[in-house]
Amino acid sequence: MIEIENVTKIYKMGQSVVHALDGINLHIGAGEMAAVMGPSGSGKSTLMAILGCLDIPTEGVYRLEGEPVEKLNENQLAQVRSRKVGFVFQQFNLLPRTSALENVMLPLLYDGVHGKARTEKAKAALETVGLADRMNHRPNQLSGGEQQRVAIARALVNDPTILLADEPTGNLDTKTGEEIIGLFQKLHEEKGQTVVYVTHDVFIARHTQRIIRLVDGKIKSDERVAHPLAAGTPRPEEAIEMQPN
Amino acid sequence: MNLLENIRISFRALAANKLRSGLTMLGIIIGVAAVVALMAIGRGATRSVTSQVEGLGSNLVSVSSARNLRQAGAGAQSTPLHYSDYQAIAQGTNNVNGISPTYQTSAQVLYGNKQSQFSITGVTPDFAEVQAYTVDQGRFITNGDNAAESRVVVLGSQAATDLFSGLNPMGRDITIDGINFTVVGVLEAKGSTGFFSTDDVILIPLGTGYSRLFGGRALENGKRTLSSIALSASDPNAVDAVISQVEYILRREHGLTLRDTLPFNVSSQSQALSTLTSITTTLTAFLGAIAGISLFVGGIGIMNIMLVSVRERTREIGLRKAVGARRSVILMQFLVETITLSLVGGILGILLGAAIAGAVTLTGLITTYVSLDVILYSFFFAALVGLFFGIYPAYQAASLRPIEALRYE
Repeated sequence: MIEIENVTKIYKMGQSVVHALDGINLHIGAGEMAAVMGPSGSGKSTLMAILGCLDIPTEGVYRLEGEPVEKLNENQLAQVRSRKVGFVFQQFNLLPRTSALENVMLPLLYDGVHGKARTEKAKAALETVGLADRMNHRPNQLSGGEQQRVAIARALVNDPTILLADEPTGNLDTKTGEEIIGLFQKLHEEKGQTVVYVTHDVFIARHTQRIIRLVDGKIKSDERVAHPLAAGTPRPEEAIEMQPN
Repeated sequence: MNLLENIRISFRALAANKLRSGLTMLGIIIGVAAVVALMAIGRGATRSVTSQVEGLGSNLVSVSSARNLRQAGAGAQSTPLHYSDYQAIAQGTNNVNGISPTYQTSAQVLYGNKQSQFSITGVTPDFAEVQAYTVDQGRFITNGDNAAESRVVVLGSQAATDLFSGLNPMGRDITIDGINFTVVGVLEAKGSTGFFSTDDVILIPLGTGYSRLFGGRALENGKRTLSSIALSASDPNAVDAVISQVEYILRREHGLTLRDTLPFNVSSQSQALSTLTSITTTLTAFLGAIAGISLFVGGIGIMNIMLVSVRERTREIGLRKAVGARRSVILMQFLVETITLSLVGGILGILLGAAIAGAVTLTGLITTYVSLDVILYSFFFAALVGLFFGIYPAYQAASLRPIEALRYE
């Protein structure tokens, strides 16, 4: 599914050179649900950008479903993003003054899905995230959790191969955050979605099957979670939240 | 992703910021309105000049001696027109309604104790038709007058007033260079057409002029000469043919080959018209160009706002790219937005410009003329401005890297 070999990403910022990713090897199988953790500047977001085909590695190979992504041109990358990748961001990135339904239809618009098929698929995605009754609301009429669920519906609508979430609960209170991770678990279990989930929160991360820790652009640890927490598990008092710095 | 959806997205984006869109459009509206209104005024002016000149007598072809410029000064000698040229032209041309040979001189005119210098013109009956005069009182000069060398005179309305100051001139005698002439007719006033007055003429039969008045002045080597010959073509389309017939006859009569410079001016009213028209057209184009500058400035305004808009919507662009929008789609989205701005502005500007032109007409200063081609040009020019000034901002938007655009704060 996802195969990353010796991937390096170098940014040039003025005179200095930043190794955002430094020779990473990573395989994530189909239907896996993995969490990526790490302090700020550890390369999490860069990794997500490369996984989501928003960026290409400076060196190394990234194969998505066997297809080497780094060889694709800009338009081919756009097509991969529209068909194979669903992205959920920390700032929901919904279009303002645009209904939930139309926000969800956006990827279909760019993939050339027209007319009724487009509306039906978008409605189905909104139903999946439990917002069927809110689809004509605009983002400013929705709560933060609802907005993020619209964003998840948008990520889902084109049946992507992988669902990437970059700190989707970062802007939400803990209770809503737990609802969101529950939603991802549901998608993973019911639809068999592959999910890669970036978080600072160990408690949230333990809801997944696998925790990958990044430090300074390298993988520090990659562990299986023996017993992923079920959604709705009360947060233990002593749970340590990993704060950014 | 089709154009219709792109247009829908653009309208939504423009509607989201109505005041800004409106102000941006205002630049185009004013520019286009200025072009349309000024062109309408210019075209109106051209039309009024044209109709004035046509009032002088359309289809008119006039023949006169050309001044020989190369020999000017040192006893400049021009080749005079002969009366025999007139006879040859009268025989050799077709599609002509009238031919009017004239000899013009100036003379002392005396009535009672009033004396003044007047221009005296010897004419034939065709003069009235060719120069579009109508008789107010009495009659015009006839062929009989010419043949009999009668001492009769027809006065222009101004000349009659000047000489008789209100008295009825009919049947009275005036003295021209000491010779008595009887007034047999007075012409209707034509009004001054532009630059020269046509109502202070004093007309006598050409034959009488040669035998009694002009004397040696009108002779060259014993041949009678003419000041000019005027022809009226039967049809505006026949004018050019008449000119070439006349030129051919003059060359033949004066023994000239095609390589010799013709020592006569053979010109039509339409040539004079085209000179005048080209002046007003140039002025109109000049006004239009000045107005075009304001349209250009309006375009810069659009570009400025679009650059700000692209900067403001960086995250939106990043998101659109992240969910699969291609570069070309983003380019189109912003291009459609600017073209929408400029086209809607263009349409409103055309309406405003037409309204201004209409208001100018109502003031009575000039009858403006809003022509379809100006409307079409303005419309396409506005679209072009949108396209031209939209390309750079749209290109900037399309070139944003999605990962950086999404992180833009």
